Amino acid sequence: MLKNILELFVTFARVGVMTFGGGYAMLPILQREIVERKGWATEEELTDYFAIGQCTPGVIAVNTATFIGRKRFGVAGGIFATLGVVFPSIVIISLLAGVITQFSELMWVKNAFAGIRVCVCVLIANAVWRLGKKSIIDKWTAGIFAAVAVGAVFTKLSPVAFVLAAGVCGVVLRALPGKGGAAE
Amino acid sequence: MIYLRLFWEFFKAGLFAVGGGMATLPFLYDISDRTGWFTHAQLADMVAVSESTPGPIGVNMATYVGFLTSGVGGAAVATLGLVTPSIVIILIISAFLQRFRDSKYVNAAFYGLRPASTAMIFAALLLVVKAAFLPNGPALPDWRLFALAAVLLVLTNHVKATKKLHPIVFIAASAAVGVALKLAE
Repeated sequence: MLKNILELFVTFARVGVMTFGGGYAMLPILQREIVERKGWATEEELTDYFAIGQCTPGVIAVNTATFIGRKRFGVAGGIFATLGVVFPSIVIISLLAGVITQFSELMWVKNAFAGIRVCVCVLIANAVWRLGKKSIIDKWTAGIFAAVAVGAVFTKLSPVAFVLAAGVCGVVLRALPGKGGAAE
Repeated sequence: MIYLRLFWEFFKAGLFAVGGGMATLPFLYDISDRTGWFTHAQLADMVAVSESTPGPIGVNMATYVGFLTSGVGGAAVATLGLVTPSIVIILIISAFLQRFRDSKYVNAAFYGLRPASTAMIFAALLLVVKAAFLPNGPALPDWRLFALAAVLLVLTNHVKATKKLHPIVFIAASAAVGVALKLAE
């Protein structure tokens, strides 16, 4: 048990240390570390966790870590996965705190991050493509994707509204005879 | 006492900020106004630094503010305050989810939720793209950034020898390219 919890903590600490630029940048790392390497969740589950994470309070990375940890080893798993994901931040920021303003002004740091930001874009784009192949499976789901994408880009509506609307659409569409009715 | 107040202030931020790290920002401004623990300028610095260090931005900001206030202990306490509401809420939802996993209605809801979730991540991607390619506002973007993106797209999707490499390899290589080509200058 202790060994399993430790493995969970270390795995999520790895994810935390490799996530540059906020919660979404965590997605490609999670696909690699959690879905492919450990097999602790499927792509679909990851999409579900992000959907719920976007409409519940708190940092998305933390919400996702709690979900996966709990699925593995219950409440203790949820807590230790989360502690793992925040541990590198606490260490790195505490070490840098005294020199933090100067650090972000260093020219080589700025140059490195200009490159890293481009890379993070490409990695997230690849991740979205993979999720899209699993979640956009017919014309109805394609319609939901298009509607929410337009809404999220052009309106200031809360993600909660999109998640609730999309959930209701799913239930209604599945209930229509012959429409997306092919239950898994 | 300061630990208790730190925990409580960040607990509230964690409880009410819905929709990811940047949603924490207005709460941090509010904490700054009410407590004077840190200035708006320090907060702006922190946003910049969070983009240049690993980890979720909300967590980095809580850690930084906690550290400014009362050292490493403060950093740990503020971060724990921020994540405690998430842990509790997600543990509850996750218990329900497990119980209702086989429900026809839950499955149907997720049939609709998954494309919506993908769309919201896609919308977030556009913001990341804007920050990466238009760092100076609407000024003409640097063509080398597009060249780097094109090379990365090919290497991560179409080259057999490289597409299975760990994402961190591409991140490290891109950092090196950024320094070598002075991409921010």
